Amino acid sequence: MCVAVPAMMVEREDFMATVDIDGVRRQVSLMLLPEARVGDYVLIHAGFAIQTIDEEEALQTLQLFKELEAYADTEADG
Amino acid sequence: MNNAEQRILMAHGSGGKLSGELFQQVFFPAFANPALAEVHDGARLTVAGGQLAFATDSYVVKPRFFPGGDIGKLAVCGTVNDLAMTGAEPLYLSAGFILEEGLAMAELRNVVESMRQAAAAAGVQIVTGDTKVVEKGAADGLYINTAGIGRLLPAVDIRAGRVRSGQMVILSGSLGDHGIAVMGERHGLTLPDTVISDCAPLNHMVRELLTEVPTVSWLRDPTRGGLAAALNELAVQTGLGIMLEESELPVNPAVAAVCDILGFDPLYLANEGKLIAIVENKDTEKVLAILHRHPEGVASRAIGRVAERPAAQVGIRTLVGGVRLLDMPTGDPLPRIC
Amino acid sequence: MPTRKLTVDEIRRAAEHLARDIERLVRRPLRLMEVCGTHTVAIFRSGIRELLPPELELVSGPGCPVCVTPAEYIDQAVRYSRQPDVLIASFGDMLRVPGSFSSLLAEKAAGADVRVVYSPLDAVQLAGEYPGKTVIFLAVGFETTAPAAAAAIVTAERAGLPNFLTLSAPKLVPPALKHLLDGSGTQVDGFLLPGHVCAVTGLEPFGFLAVEYGVPAVVAGFEGLDILQAIRALLENLAAGSPEIGNQYGRVVRAAGNPEACHILEEVYEPVDSRWRGIGDIPVSGLKVRESYRRLDAAAVRPLPAIAGTKAAADGCRCGQVLQGLIRPAQCPLFGRQCTPERPVGACMVSGEGTCAAWYKYGAGRWQQ
Repeated sequence: MCVAVPAMMVEREDFMATVDIDGVRRQVSLMLLPEARVGDYVLIHAGFAIQTIDEEEALQTLQLFKELEAYADTEADG
Repeated sequence: MNNAEQRILMAHGSGGKLSGELFQQVFFPAFANPALAEVHDGARLTVAGGQLAFATDSYVVKPRFFPGGDIGKLAVCGTVNDLAMTGAEPLYLSAGFILEEGLAMAELRNVVESMRQAAAAAGVQIVTGDTKVVEKGAADGLYINTAGIGRLLPAVDIRAGRVRSGQMVILSGSLGDHGIAVMGERHGLTLPDTVISDCAPLNHMVRELLTEVPTVSWLRDPTRGGLAAALNELAVQTGLGIMLEESELPVNPAVAAVCDILGFDPLYLANEGKLIAIVENKDTEKVLAILHRHPEGVASRAIGRVAERPAAQVGIRTLVGGVRLLDMPTGDPLPRIC
Repeated sequence: MPTRKLTVDEIRRAAEHLARDIERLVRRPLRLMEVCGTHTVAIFRSGIRELLPPELELVSGPGCPVCVTPAEYIDQAVRYSRQPDVLIASFGDMLRVPGSFSSLLAEKAAGADVRVVYSPLDAVQLAGEYPGKTVIFLAVGFETTAPAAAAAIVTAERAGLPNFLTLSAPKLVPPALKHLLDGSGTQVDGFLLPGHVCAVTGLEPFGFLAVEYGVPAVVAGFEGLDILQAIRALLENLAAGSPEIGNQYGRVVRAAGNPEACHILEEVYEPVDSRWRGIGDIPVSGLKVRESYRRLDAAAVRPLPAIAGTKAAADGCRCGQVLQGLIRPAQCPLFGRQCTPERPVGACMVSGEGTCAAWYKYGAGRWQQ
């Protein structure tokens, strides 16, 4: 029951925000994440933003895959 | 649950297993005849030496107006497409209306105008019809039934029995657009204007395809129950397996986003302007080239192939390289947070 | 997502690489347990099992809150739905779940006012729109979902809505894991922890796994590659021999979780012993509405008269063992025969995220390849 979707916060009014998920917009509550700011990527569950998404961490994950690729390349060459 | 089994549930109309049971247990025994026994979108008939196709479908979509279409356009395109999928050139339609007392005349006019336009686009005539009005509360606004007759194209033989291992599965475009266009607005979502129903008549594209490649084995428009239902029915009918490539299954990003939010699977959502074609492997490029010439088929691609195994099932090779089953839908999709 | 999407080729190669590492790290038969229905489904949907060596078994624990919600709870909801002034607002997940005599979907077909909501706040809004009705929101879920229900309760209280109630039965994951390790006979070498539960709770509530039981655990995300990475991290931790709680899902999960969500949970709910369908009573594994919000607690303000005891489980149903990872679904005599997603008998088949439902839907145990 814990499906959650990443979304970008595009507008904020008090404790409600408009978020964008690939062009789809919906209103979510910020009651559980009051510090979220416009421009943040947040995780949405059951109509609430429940956590911010750390872009640094996400980029590190991407970096990891690049390393894996490089590794696979050397293996293939070897 | 006795309570549940004594009533018609929404799932009986969803194109899944319960729909199949309803057909097998109620309609099929009552209406049994050789044409119906082919279990296709339309019946293939021989009348006085000519070869005809005959199909019917009822339309109860809610909301009646949605991005990219309305119940009237759907009622024409749906039956036109059912005929086209049997390998026929659609010719004539009937239209039956069930109207709720109190429906605005203007709304009915709008719907009828849509039907006129769709019929013109498809090149068919609506030649007979019927109207019933029921008292307020006995129907939800407006229902339409259409039936259609078409002429089978020469040298074409579209049926499950011609599907063979090694043939390719072609899909004419992205999945789930109609399903999301119709239901997305219901759950407080604001959809971008890229999410519109794909509702469109496919008969011109199909005629061109079958004229140039008459050896196409099987065609189906994946409406209710989506790609999953259509291919599972084929797998069960033929006893063959169908293996799809997850990476080749096209879904518009906004449709995928709604599916993520509401917990739907685009492979189970209705399409109203897409077709699945099973073709000889050697014809794949030629078929794609023909489909690409049409706006309805511009995003056509090969999505998988028919195989001996898994017998009577549909599998998907996943992005990470594993394999999973694509099961028959089991009921109307309910938005969920699981 | 903030990152560019990986190409199919990149994903395949990364998966192959991770699978090779995993193969190398598996030196003996190992069992890893995931305790999140979303993981259960993600593992099947991505076909990960095919990439793993046969000595490595992935088993599912009690990770689906809909499945572990007891039949008595459904029965209560059904009985409320039959009261003429009541509007039941529920996540779609709950509608098909059978209680001991009916389901909400069957009641809806028979005329009950049952609405599917996506958010608990939608239920609060319904209460505003239908002042003549009493809206009862079915508040189930784990730590991911419970703060949303708590926030709805606070919102309704502040708005002074007289007709919003919840039938509350949220559940807590850590006590269930403790219960598994304490005595059910479950053999688990490591846990994949539920990423979105941990996004709320942080890592601390799961620390006891490593400290008290010597079982390592890694918080995992939900993409195929996330799960493969988490499995590799678990195996590396096992090989190192010093059990730890790892975090593969750092882009979402912070060590301290979401303090605001934890605070509102604490404000509205208090821990309570709780019954899990198929397992039984687990100490302090549930949440109940605190005295200060009692006015919004359906069980307190509209108590239902007791009815005769319900049957614990259908004959032959082995859900309890499935939920604890003791057997695989296909080892249950009812699986795929009397018990299917269309006509579920046991808890694990009732929701799409249930272990048996996922095994069935994605073909394990009936794949004819």
